[in-house]
Amino acid sequence: MTPVIRLHEAVSLSDRFPLLAGVTLEVAEGEVVHLRGPNGAGKSSLLRACAGLEQVVSGVATVLGHDLTVDRQSVRREVGLLGHATSLYDELTVEHNVRFAVRASRARPDGVEASLARLGLDGRLRTTPVRKLSAGQRRRVAIAVLVARRPRLWLLDEPHAGLDGDGRDLLDELVRAASDAGATVLLASHELERASAVADRVVTISGGRVVPGPVEAGTGDGAAAGGPDAGEPRAGGRGATALVRPVAPLPAPPTAAGADTGAGCDVA
Amino acid sequence: MWRDALLVAGKDLRIEARSKVALGQVAPFAVVVLVLFGLALGPAVGAGSVLFAATAGLFWITVLLATVLAVQRSFALEAVDGASDGLRMSGLDPAGIFVGKAAAVTCELLALEVLLAGVASLLFDRHLAGFAVLVASSVAATVGLVAIGTIYGVVSIGSHQRETLLPLLFFPMAAPVLLAATKAWDGALAGAGRHGSGWLDVLAVFAVAYVAIGTVAFGPLLEDA
Repeated sequence: MTPVIRLHEAVSLSDRFPLLAGVTLEVAEGEVVHLRGPNGAGKSSLLRACAGLEQVVSGVATVLGHDLTVDRQSVRREVGLLGHATSLYDELTVEHNVRFAVRASRARPDGVEASLARLGLDGRLRTTPVRKLSAGQRRRVAIAVLVARRPRLWLLDEPHAGLDGDGRDLLDELVRAASDAGATVLLASHELERASAVADRVVTISGGRVVPGPVEAGTGDGAAAGGPDAGEPRAGGRGATALVRPVAPLPAPPTAAGADTGAGCDVA
Repeated sequence: MWRDALLVAGKDLRIEARSKVALGQVAPFAVVVLVLFGLALGPAVGAGSVLFAATAGLFWITVLLATVLAVQRSFALEAVDGASDGLRMSGLDPAGIFVGKAAAVTCELLALEVLLAGVASLLFDRHLAGFAVLVASSVAATVGLVAIGTIYGVVSIGSHQRETLLPLLFFPMAAPVLLAATKAWDGALAGAGRHGSGWLDVLAVFAVAYVAIGTVAFGPLLEDA
């Protein structure tokens, strides 16, 4: 089967600074891959390159059958990128943001309602301008956009950041569901246990390259300790979650009069 | 392209309807500029006065300044919280994005020009003759100005100096449109319909040329932003 992502010695530059210094990686359809590595290792750049946002100047870079060295725009409609920024419009409501993204990507609009409901955004928050939301709620809206668009490839850059405990659990469920539905997920995260629990495989990035790295849960980022190759199945991944330490639930946030519209955080 | 343009224009106009930046900031700014022109070149008004003679030029300089603000606002929306990445990732046709953003700003500016024309007529005691040429030249000039602004707006989106970079790039390229629009309005206000129409043709050529350039160039410029 043709891999969804096929990179071979892929190099990407920002001016003359190498973002990717010869990445070689293959990801199969439906696979969930956890990218790990120290800050500045190239995880975000790899995700952005796969999304067609960073130019690959040499090597092989094929994503969903699109040769990114030739055309990096065609792939974008089939890819969903959840980056550090939420890419939302502050003045638009939650619903309008999601609908705009869905219409722009020519996705089927029938996923909007379900995604809003799934992310707990179908109540009062639906008509709330995004500028009035907390960082975690904005993150939920960005995830709702992703879910509603139903991309074939999910590129998640620190997706758990800013989410509360329920939100993190929900995100993990969504990743598993997307994978089960055939989507491929590339997930960059410093939250090793969480990310590893949903991943089929761990890939370590360092210095803009894929390196053999540790695969045991709880080891430090970028600490290439001579563990199994990145291509090996993840010992603590899906189907082997017993090896992953359970995550303690977060205490409920205190309620304060006049607080922000926080009701949407209560996702069942 | 047209579907994407409608989508983007609708989004930008919806944002404007909610934020009311054009109504609450750009329009008052433009009116204040006209009033300041009146204070600087007045107080004499009516036939023979400086203000009477310069009405068209002052009107279009004011529109030019308002265009910078409107375009900056239009692209500031895309510079916040990675929205430009979202726009690129959406898969929208870049030409459609260009036409959509330009169309939204054009709508805002045309509404502003109606207000400014009334204010200028009152302040400078200038009867708005040659109505058809005034309207047609306003539409053509606004399309041209906004097209240039939108081209340079996307250039400046990724720059940390975007507030100062846009006017620097925009004004020199807008000069021919400013000249033609002023001449067209001068001719129309003086009752020289044919003279005004000649400049109207020039404006139409500029508008078509700049829109064509923007449609082709916007994609690569957005990628580099």
